[in-house]
Amino acid sequence: MTTTDAVRPTGPGLGAVLSDAELAAVRADFPLLGRTVRGGRPLVYLDSAATSQKPSVVLEAEVDFYEQRNAAVHRGAHQLAEEATEAFEAAREAVAAFVGAGAGEIVWTPGATAAINLVAYAFSNATAGRGGAAAEPFRLVPGDEIVVTAAEHHANLVPWQELCARTGAVLRWFGVTDDGRLDLSNLDEVITERTRVVAFAHVSNVTGAVAPVAELLAAARRVGAYTVLDACQSVPNLPVDLPALGVDFAAFSGHKLLGPTGVGALYGRRELLEAMPPVTTGGSMVEVVTMEATTYAPPPQRFEAGTQMVAQAVGMGVAAQWLGELGMEAVAAHERELAAELVKIAEIPGVRVIGPVDTADRLAVVSFVVDGVHAHDVGQVLDDRGIAVRVGHHCAQPLHRRFGVAATARASASVYTTADEIIAFREALAGVRAFFGVD
Amino acid sequence: MSSLEQMYQAVILDHAKHPVGRGLAEVPEGHLAGESHQVNPTCGDEVTLRVDVSVDAAGSTVAAVSWEGQGCSISQASTSVMTELVTGRDLADVARLDTIFHDLMSSRGKGLDDDEALDALGDATAFTGVSQYPARIKCALLGWAALKDSLARSGALAG
Repeated sequence: MTTTDAVRPTGPGLGAVLSDAELAAVRADFPLLGRTVRGGRPLVYLDSAATSQKPSVVLEAEVDFYEQRNAAVHRGAHQLAEEATEAFEAAREAVAAFVGAGAGEIVWTPGATAAINLVAYAFSNATAGRGGAAAEPFRLVPGDEIVVTAAEHHANLVPWQELCARTGAVLRWFGVTDDGRLDLSNLDEVITERTRVVAFAHVSNVTGAVAPVAELLAAARRVGAYTVLDACQSVPNLPVDLPALGVDFAAFSGHKLLGPTGVGALYGRRELLEAMPPVTTGGSMVEVVTMEATTYAPPPQRFEAGTQMVAQAVGMGVAAQWLGELGMEAVAAHERELAAELVKIAEIPGVRVIGPVDTADRLAVVSFVVDGVHAHDVGQVLDDRGIAVRVGHHCAQPLHRRFGVAATARASASVYTTADEIIAFREALAGVRAFFGVD
Repeated sequence: MSSLEQMYQAVILDHAKHPVGRGLAEVPEGHLAGESHQVNPTCGDEVTLRVDVSVDAAGSTVAAVSWEGQGCSISQASTSVMTELVTGRDLADVARLDTIFHDLMSSRGKGLDDDEALDALGDATAFTGVSQYPARIKCALLGWAALKDSLARSGALAG
């Protein structure tokens, strides 16, 4: 299979919700959804925000790559090398098109965490004097400020803390309101002339809240700060056009996008990628190497040192294509309905949702606590009914601390989730307190 | 009994609701004291445990265990049951119980064949069901890790 062939029947079209038959066809594409768990119970997989399941075409694309095309890419002139390179670059085009970008603006990374670290270390290397005059805009001085939010996944927080520690820049952040939205009431105090980078999640992996992207980007633009969007939760679930949004950089992973693990993408505006110094150095990212000095390849290869995760990239390309052919408008419409079903857990006695309970500007990712029952124990009872949810802090300890809890349980949906599954989840959740005798 | 009921036995739920040793206690003058803070980074569960060791000619004895913490019913109940079990025991006994409990937690739900060992564990055998859930074994061991570290910090294990 190549990414020029269609990978599934096309979806219902703009704005339309998936019909029952279309949803059944979607589910039939995911082999894992057919299995049972815990003594023969049907699986109700509500952990897609952690990692999504994968359609057969993605798995087949990886197998096909290894069986038919496997070779080192961007080196060698034999036929397999040509075909492998073609598949790798076609996947890049597919992923780029999926987010409205040019292929030259997509850098393969091992995941979203690596993508964000790449940007942070590029600033660091520029600050250390690397990258020549072109990298001047990325140089930080003590007193410069980097702005994040208290709702960030650790992957969009710790790399910036570390960058601050290396450069003398100061980390600042927006707070979170009681209903789990970003608190921008002090926007002009947090984003100032000292701000050099504003990094935030498009959609919180805990609360499911969609960030006020336009407002944050406008504030960053006013002061000339670069913007970095953690798009891990948005790209798989919403139509996202990164250049139209106007962000400078964005990171998203393959494995949450119905694709393989071990691959993700960094989007960067072309002129910024061209100006950025490399981070990981070695083979394949160079032009001329002498014993004294090295010149570097243009992006994206400049940021892709070493042998790449080619089969996974091919799989991610097919996953993006699969979603594109179904139609992200339809995916988003389907998941809006699921989000409305999910937030109804707030009506269950003893259940408290951490995040907005209204359905506006939120995705089908809902974290919650059950009074008197620890999240682990909640998860265990649900698991016994075949319902897979995430428990813990979801790599967002500061946000949990903000709400005075160490751990929450989280239910999250994807394109293949059904309303019946959410109803089964709500019924099981309603019985948790009785099981532990805290009713 | 379902796997879930095997895991959440009445004794575990009782201890989780009414934990023994909760609230850090002062260690009397002349006793050895050790304190340890342990966290389970995957879920944020934590326990701070203080051990009070009395030393006399006959040897060293755990005079008291007290602790604070927050976490799931398994981690809270296990720390509570352990507190009951080790209080008044000499350190060799405590080390033996620690080994038996770790063996039980590694048994993948099968339990132990050794009746004498199971007798020694008393209520702690209720955690057999936990051992069939790999993700929860750490919960059951959190308090035991804090006890071991507290004893090491108290100096009671020296010599």
